[in-house]
This record gives sequence, C-alpha cells and structure tokens, in this order.
Amino acid sequence: MVRELKIVPIKNGTVIDHINNGLALEVLRIINVQSLDKDSTVSIAMHVRSAKHGWKDIVKVENMELSPRKVNAIALIAPTATISIIRDFKVQSKRNVDLPDRIVGVLKCPNPNCITHQPEPVESEFAVESRRPVVLACAYCERVVDDFRQHLA
Amino acid sequence: MGGASVAPRMSLRGRDVISIRDLSREEIEEILAAGRRMIPYAEGSKVSRPLADQIVAMAFFEPSTRTRLSFESAVQRLGGSCITIADMSATSMRKGESLSDTIHMLSGYADAIVIRHPNEGSARLAARVSAKPVLNAGDGAGQHPTQTLLDLATMQEAFGTLAGLRVVLLGDLRFGRTVHSLAYALALFGADLVLTSPPTLGLPEELKAPLEHLGAKVTTEPDIARAVADADVLYVTRIQKERFPDEAEYRKVAGSYRIDASVLAHAKPRLIVMHPLPRAGEIAAEVDATPHAAYFRQAFLAVPVRMALLDAVLGEPKRKG
Ligand SMILES: Nc1ncnc2c1ncn2[C@@H]1O[C@H](COP(=O)(O)OP(=O)(O)OP(=O)(O)O)[C@@H](O)[C@H]1O
Ligand SMILES: [Mg+2]
Ligand SMILES: [Zn+2]
Repeated sequence: MVRELKIVPIKNGTVIDHINNGLALEVLRIINVQSLDKDSTVSIAMHVRSAKHGWKDIVKVENMELSPRKVNAIALIAPTATISIIRDFKVQSKRNVDLPDRIVGVLKCPNPNCITHQPEPVESEFAVESRRPVVLACAYCERVVDDFRQHLA
Repeated sequence: MGGASVAPRMSLRGRDVISIRDLSREEIEEILAAGRRMIPYAEGSKVSRPLADQIVAMAFFEPSTRTRLSFESAVQRLGGSCITIADMSATSMRKGESLSDTIHMLSGYADAIVIRHPNEGSARLAARVSAKPVLNAGDGAGQHPTQTLLDLATMQEAFGTLAGLRVVLLGDLRFGRTVHSLAYALALFGADLVLTSPPTLGLPEELKAPLEHLGAKVTTEPDIARAVADADVLYVTRIQKERFPDEAEYRKVAGSYRIDASVLAHAKPRLIVMHPLPRAGEIAAEVDATPHAAYFRQAFLAVPVRMALLDAVLGEPKRKG
C-alpha cells in the first residue's frame, strides 16, 4: 500500500480526504479554523491526484474531532469526502460522510421573511428532498434550496 | 348532537393543518364532502354543536378581516367559542414577546389555534410549539390551506367534479403563493391549468414540472380572450403595485388584465369567475350581475368549509349506539 502523506503526518486528529476538487476552503470554513485549539495545526492539500475521482483536496486537522453537525455540513458540499480519525499516527476509523434526512442548524434559510430569521428559539432545519442533485426544503417556510453553498450559516 | 358532525375517519382529529400538502387527496375529498353537508348549518337553517364547550383561539398577528370573521363564524356555528386577538402586532409583539411564547400561552387557553402571521413558516413553528392543533390561516406569502379548500369547494359545487376542468389562473402567478397551492391541488384532482400572467409574473419553472408530474396539462396563454374562450373557471388574483418598477407600468399591466363584460362575451355560458377577495379593480362591478360571478359564493363557502375542517380536527367523535 502506498502511503499518501503529501503533508506531515499527524499524531492525533482528523483527516478529511476525497474532498471534491477545489472545495477544501469551503471545508475549512465549516471547520472554523479560528475556533480551534492553539495546538491544532491545519494542513491542506489542494488539487491532489486521486485514484478514485481524478483530482481531490485533503484537509488534515490536528487534535480535533468534528461534531455531527459539521460532518453534515461537509456531507452537503463534499459528498464524496471520507473522514478518518487518527490516533497515535494510525487510522483508527474511517467513514464516508452521509447526508441525513434532516439538516439542522447548518444552513440559513434563503427566504429573508422566514420565521427562522426572527428572534425565536428555533434553529434552521431543512428536509433533504433529493440527494442527486442535492435539493433541500426549509422545514418551516418550505423554500426550496439548490444553491445551498451560498447559505451556510 | 345533530347530524353535522362529520368525522368520517379519525385521521384528522387533533392534527395540524399548515399546508395543503399536509392533506392527502382522500382527506381533501372528505373535507369537501363534509363541507357540502355543512352548508345548511353554515346558513343557520340547521343547528348542530359538535364544538360545544370548545374554545378556539384566533391568533391574528396581522389584520385579515375576512379570514378571521369566517373562522369565527365557523366556530360559533358549530357551538364553540372564540378568543380572538384581532391584531397581535399591536399588543404582545410590540412588547417583544416571541411568537413561540405567545403560542405556548395560547395553547393553554384554547383547544385549537388558528394563526395568521406575516412570516413564512410561522404556522409550522406554532404547530411545533403548541400542544393543541394549529390551523394555518396564512403565513406571509406562504401557505393558506383553507383558502385552497374553499376554492376547490367552489369549483366542485359549480361543476360536480374537479377532474377535467379547464382552469385559467390569472394574475401574479410568480409571487402569489396561494395560487401555487391551488395549482398543486387542482393538478392533484386532475384539472388542467391555463396560466395567464404578465411576462414578469409567470409561474416559476420549478413549480411547473411537479404539476405535470401529477398528470396536469399545463399551458401558458398570455392572451386573456384566448385563455377564457374554452375555460370552465377563471381564477383572478391581485397584481400588486410593488411588483412593478413604476406606477405607469403597473397601471398598463393591471389594466390589460381587468375582467369585464367584454372579456366574458365569448366565454362558455357556465364559466365561473373566482377571486379570493378583496378585489381592487381586477373585476368590473358589471360582472357581479352575470351568472359567471362566483366570488361571493366562494366567500360564503369559506364558512362551511372551515366548519368541516374544524369539526374534523376538533369535533366530538360520534358516540356509538
Ligand atoms: N498519521 C497520519 N497523519 C496524517 N494523515 C494520515 C495519517 N494516517 C493516514 N492518514 C490519511 O488518512 C486517510 C485515510 O488513511 P488510509 O490509510 O485509510 O488511506 P488510503 O489507504 O489511501 O484510503 P483511501 O484513500 O481509499 O481513503 C488518508 O488520506 C491518509 O493519507
Ligand atoms: Mg488514499
Ligand atoms: Zn425558511
């Protein structure tokens, strides 16, 4: 097996691999680098040759594990991504991201008059109407979203 | 208890009705059939009190006289009583209370809540907060399912069926979401749709495909005379001034979509003209006296249709024996 470590190996952390070509920066936005621990080094490889999908991006973050909500957000923009948890330099677990039936809190409703934009104790929520292509509908106002990348919260 | 209690199935009992899509075709048919049976009770010539001892809260966060009064009439004709906030924007909202809190409180005061609110999705939020059933009486430009039900009831009363009807939807088909719900329901029942609108206010493309998917024939006919020629129903909606860059443009378009006797001269004798009211010049007063005018009947049918829905959601189940 050829070890594909274009960037420094990490001891503990998370590797998001097989990100659709060009979307590493979007993934970083979801991870929210500012919010990370001081000791979390983030490395990115963009436009890397992939055995499976032509070209891909990779993001590696030390000392961090992704919340389910962030995994959902990544699933939305990069459906082919895999998430590997690294412990003591070894891949401890690896899984594909998958889009749940409902997405809570990840996107803002594109309808400015939607009740979710009012000062109510409510989180945004979208039902996944179709997966390929991804089409979402606001669980409150029913607004259909297909350009969800613009509406990440 | 009289014969008005409908409740043919328990399916709607205790349910929220937020969008016409919350109702199956069979449930819509049930409500329409029950609505027909409710007519003498709505007129007051028969009396039944399936909502006796029940309280329905009217939570109107923006004024809407017609919808509120017809709901209040429906509740009282069924023997129930109402607590009404005619314009909530003047009271608690100004004090900064959230919709969620207001609904939470109201669900402790009443057995069901009828809500009208300026934000889309508000009724769905209310339904999640409320322990009692919530009926959506219009959420901003969103859903207004009882309007769709009474529109269907009006057509069904006039023609005995909805299948095969040729229905012209005229006016703002782009932003008028009530028209979107109606188009969906008509397609569900096998009607064919003719879309007549100013070029900038056409039905959004993404809404057309689902209608065709339901089996409806959908045609676009910007020319009113041609659209009306072989139509059974002419459904007229308002064209709002805000949708136009200037007053002159608005008046030109609005004028070209005005319905008067000359537009109806070549219509089928049984064509009915409908309008959700209030009208603002879209239909000339001279049409009122013609057999085509169905909009006042449509306004009346709001009461028996809302009675049928309230009874299905809240009415006492018929006791056996
Ligand atoms: N210690 C480490 N530090 C940084 N990245 C690592 C480390 N170990 C593995 N990885 C990365 O984690 C991901 C999963 O590792 P794995 O060994 O399963 O890769 P693989 O065999 O290339 O599988 P695939 O590419 O099909 O997901 C890969 O992107 C790999 O480069
Ligand atoms: Mg690999
Ligand atoms: Zn929304």
